[in-house]
Amino acid sequence: MNHVLHRMSLAELARHLAAREVSAVDLARHFLGRIERHRGLNAFLDIRPEVTLAQAQAADARRARGEAGALLGIPVAHKDIFVTRDFASTAASRMLEGYMSPFDATVVDRLAKVGMVTLGKVNCDEFAMGSSNENSAYGPVLNPWDTSAVPGGSSGGSSAAVAARIAPVATATDTGGSIREPAAFCGITGTKPTYGRPSRWGMIAFASSLDTAGLMTVSAEDAAWVLSAMCGFDPNDSTSVDRPDEDFTRDLARPIAGLRIGVPKEFFAAGLQPDVERAVRGALETYRSMGATLVDISLPNAELGIPVYYVVAPAECSSNLSRFDGVRYGHRAKDYGDLADMIKRSRAEGFGPEPKRRILIGTYVLSHGYYDAYYIKAQQVRRLIADEFQQAFTQCDVIAGPVTTSVAFGFGEKAADPVSMYMSDLYTIPGSLAGVPSVSIPCGFGEGANASRPVGLQLMSNYFDEARLLGIAHQYQLATDWHRRVPAAFAG
Amino acid sequence: MARNSQSDYTGWQVVIGLETHAQLSTASKIFSGASTAFGAEPNTQASVVDLALPGVLPVLNRGAVERAIRFGLAVGATIAPRSVFARKNYFYPDLPKGYQISQYEIPVVQGGSLACIVEGKGFEPYAKTVRLTRAHLEEDAGKSLHEDYSGMSGIDLNRAGTPLLEIVTEPDIQVDDIEQAASEAVAYARALHSLVTWLGICDGNMQEGSFRCDANVSVRRPGAGLGTRCEIKNLNSFRFMHQAIVYEAKRQIDLIDAGDRVVQETRLYDPDRDETRSMRSKEDAMDYRYFPDPDLLPLEIDAAWIERVRAELPELPAAKRTRFASAYGLSDYDAGLLTADAATAGYFEQVVAALPPGQAKLAANWINGDVAAAVNAAAGSIATCPVDAARLAGLLVRVADGTINQKAAKEVFAALWSGEGATADAVIESRGLRQISDAGALVAIVQAVLAANPKSVEEFRAGKEKAFNALVGQVMKQSRGKANPQQVNDILRDKLAG
Repeated sequence: MNHVLHRMSLAELARHLAAREVSAVDLARHFLGRIERHRGLNAFLDIRPEVTLAQAQAADARRARGEAGALLGIPVAHKDIFVTRDFASTAASRMLEGYMSPFDATVVDRLAKVGMVTLGKVNCDEFAMGSSNENSAYGPVLNPWDTSAVPGGSSGGSSAAVAARIAPVATATDTGGSIREPAAFCGITGTKPTYGRPSRWGMIAFASSLDTAGLMTVSAEDAAWVLSAMCGFDPNDSTSVDRPDEDFTRDLARPIAGLRIGVPKEFFAAGLQPDVERAVRGALETYRSMGATLVDISLPNAELGIPVYYVVAPAECSSNLSRFDGVRYGHRAKDYGDLADMIKRSRAEGFGPEPKRRILIGTYVLSHGYYDAYYIKAQQVRRLIADEFQQAFTQCDVIAGPVTTSVAFGFGEKAADPVSMYMSDLYTIPGSLAGVPSVSIPCGFGEGANASRPVGLQLMSNYFDEARLLGIAHQYQLATDWHRRVPAAFAG
Repeated sequence: MARNSQSDYTGWQVVIGLETHAQLSTASKIFSGASTAFGAEPNTQASVVDLALPGVLPVLNRGAVERAIRFGLAVGATIAPRSVFARKNYFYPDLPKGYQISQYEIPVVQGGSLACIVEGKGFEPYAKTVRLTRAHLEEDAGKSLHEDYSGMSGIDLNRAGTPLLEIVTEPDIQVDDIEQAASEAVAYARALHSLVTWLGICDGNMQEGSFRCDANVSVRRPGAGLGTRCEIKNLNSFRFMHQAIVYEAKRQIDLIDAGDRVVQETRLYDPDRDETRSMRSKEDAMDYRYFPDPDLLPLEIDAAWIERVRAELPELPAAKRTRFASAYGLSDYDAGLLTADAATAGYFEQVVAALPPGQAKLAANWINGDVAAAVNAAAGSIATCPVDAARLAGLLVRVADGTINQKAAKEVFAALWSGEGATADAVIESRGLRQISDAGALVAIVQAVLAANPKSVEEFRAGKEKAFNALVGQVMKQSRGKANPQQVNDILRDKLAG
């Protein structure tokens, strides 16, 4: 059975575990073996098989004591933005090379509590800043579908690991699209819940008002299982929403008939590549054939999302990254003069170009005399965009559109042009600014030279409506098999 | 700098505004669960939050907010229903996050005022009210230790995250006399110190830095616009505060007199040299890039919370002063001294309760006189006074009923202070200080004194009243201080007249 373990859904794995046909240790060994075999993807930054196997043994022991639970013994990989006690936590930065956290992130802790087994830490853009994973200090991750293409970012390690089936589930984070864009580029399911639903405690902060923990999974159903365990009120995070834990699988079986899908015209305007548009429109047709109604809607200020985001996110990042000064932990320059010089040199050496660029932008927009014109104005427009979503949700139950303008691009294609790179998040940023939950599900492939590169469909719902959102995604996945496809090199 | 000895500093007005950092008396820090206790080994009271490790987040300590509300209610301020925590960004090795969480545009306490009594040389004490601009919550930074580490600096983050209430006044101290301006500033600072300790929101320990005042000082010709101000730091006692303000005002006047101008800057007071020194000028002032902290929701305080805090407020000094004056028939001055701090006021009320009716003035005189002097001489406090309220009351009962006279009472007090005897009565007995009120015994002493001092008797009869006092002194001496002075007076007059 081992050769198919990585092709199973979480529900199937859970059944096999429950029937004692496979142990958590078997699963851990199987996926550790696949990680080893596919090191070339550069998806993992830290693996410690002895730690993973010890956790798997503990999960088996829990089951032997009579514990059940759908996730007990299921392996998971964590994005290197979550701090972990047992694995290094670097945010893919030289600044934190080898850094060991004395505590686990709440997300990591909650998944460990239900018995999930950590496979290791996965690569990402440095401090989660990027859309291609080219900004990792430890080298880019390859896209399993086409190794000349980027896996997307910043959660590129998470998306590549799941697409290559070297991890059945990976945690990820989304600030402006960092879950949805790499999920789309890698042909898997990416879930960004409502801001405030999962705890940020233990997430290395990029932009605090936007950073949201989420998941990379094969399917929406898998996501619903893991998300239920991952989310919940955390008194350690003041922005955590105090609501009871939820079972996000509850709406999986709910039919599509009667569903109103809002289609924002701004998401189908100039810039959208024809092959992506065809795949997305095809998915919308599928929904219509299942009984949904398509409603034309408008998010008129959505196009301001990128300028707003590139004020707000760098502003917060410029402050959040100030703690990395070489004084208490992290990289410290070898040669320096006085204390100020030590801080300057340590930061100059420790940060890569993209964090530096965003620190500079953020410092600028917050500085005296510019604050009102940039930061305050951006917050006002952000409010407008959030209001537009509320307006839209009076007309529809869910909003659908493309995740990205194009399929995954090639390495180096946009690296020299930050603005074109920033445009990768055109369709994902509005939902981030509003804080609404959103998923990206595979709905086809590109055309011509891009025929091996997946296309993603984005679905967004109103706040706290994750169960319904995942149900809508799941119904599509019952009707299609895009999410079941595995790149040939990683199928066996 | 050279002091212009010609200048007499008249014709100038000194303008002062004050900023005070009061460390709030919470057991844990403002955004973490670490202890705030003073004096622990370096870095043993710094949690992962205080160390600003990757992934940590702040959670507001509601006890700190509660103390801010207490303060706001006590000074008649508006408690903002919604206030905002902001980040003040700057790099310093003892600032772990690279920013300080503070309140900037919308502070929790807005407005209010504080009354104080100004005392000093050359003028009668008078009441003064200083308006407050605001008070806001913020966290303290750690400490850099530049000594003891050759060529290196040590960082102690125990203090990082300690809750502070920064209390800012309007520039309401505007006085034409330098010394008096400094006296007003000190009077305000003392009143504030007594209020925050009275409210129990701050321990007021200036040596440990629990109560730190900075003074914004400027000078101008009366009627002119405000001059350029300098912020004076490191005023860690009221005496230094007075000295620093006087020095700084003179320095500024000297500068202007010399045709120079005052540069806006932060200056550090050096008590050893009694001078202020430039720390940093406005030119190299940092741009703190304040913005609302996205890790913290706006602080919302509803009316119910405010009312709960209001209900728990102790009687405030001003109300207590008024009550003391009217209920006990005390002067405003005496009532003011007795209500300078909560411990003294409580001590007074305990003593009065143990005395027969009508003796409050006696208690006030003793507490503001001998007790205060002894406490000050010992650099102690009323709370640790060895003569507790019960013992003092035991002593004053004997003064009131005539068992001992004032002179003996002072002796008994000193004995109680040094631990001799458990009660006043025990000391009176063991030292034999009971007042002689037996007329027969006193007449005998008086007659002996008159016989021994014919010269004084002669002088008195010649109209010299002074001679009478000498005779009283002799009688008191012969009685070893125990004679009832009023009785001695009466008997002596009687005998001299006879």
